Amino acid sequence: MTVIASVFIVLGCALTLLAGVGILRFPDVFTRANAATKAAGLGVACVLLGAGLWIGTWEAGIKLGIAAVLQFLTAPISGHLIGRAAYRSGAPLAASTHIDDLADPADTLSQSLED
Amino acid sequence: MTVLWVGFGLLAASFSLALVRAVIGPTVADRAVAADVGLYGIISVLALLAAATGAGQFLDVALIGVLLGFLATVALAALVGRQRS
Repeated sequence: MTVIASVFIVLGCALTLLAGVGILRFPDVFTRANAATKAAGLGVACVLLGAGLWIGTWEAGIKLGIAAVLQFLTAPISGHLIGRAAYRSGAPLAASTHIDDLADPADTLSQSLED
Repeated sequence: MTVLWVGFGLLAASFSLALVRAVIGPTVADRAVAADVGLYGIISVLALLAAATGAGQFLDVALIGVLLGFLATVALAALVGRQRS
């Protein structure tokens, strides 16, 4: 049991570290939010499950299992919300961006009419 | 027990990188993402502390932290989306 818990804990901590490296090195806020959401969501869920297995009691397992499921469900939603809010507040895209599907002529027209 | 120390070290490195991005981040959304990753690190540290010390109180704090982190991110996204820069 301890071996499985150790694998989960080290994997989750390494994924969280990858999220940190990603938000430091990626060029714009959308790629950073992508790295943080995917890596850290799975990483935290792995750490919580690993800690539950490490402790080994029913109480700890149920509490950490609920926390892991909630984290797994809410991390993508918060990442999506942050990305949407960043685009609407006019955060700059990276210079290597090829396609911007939201830069619709109708959108920019209505936005310039609002301004 | 060595595994837990390795985990603490990895999480500390992740938190430091998120702190750097929160300081230098050009937009508010960057800082929000960095704060999110920092909170994830804190939640993971709480779970590892519960495993290391056997104190059950850390489990409740970790569970509340997950819920409050999601709510804080939603509120911050509403705040960021409202500003026109």
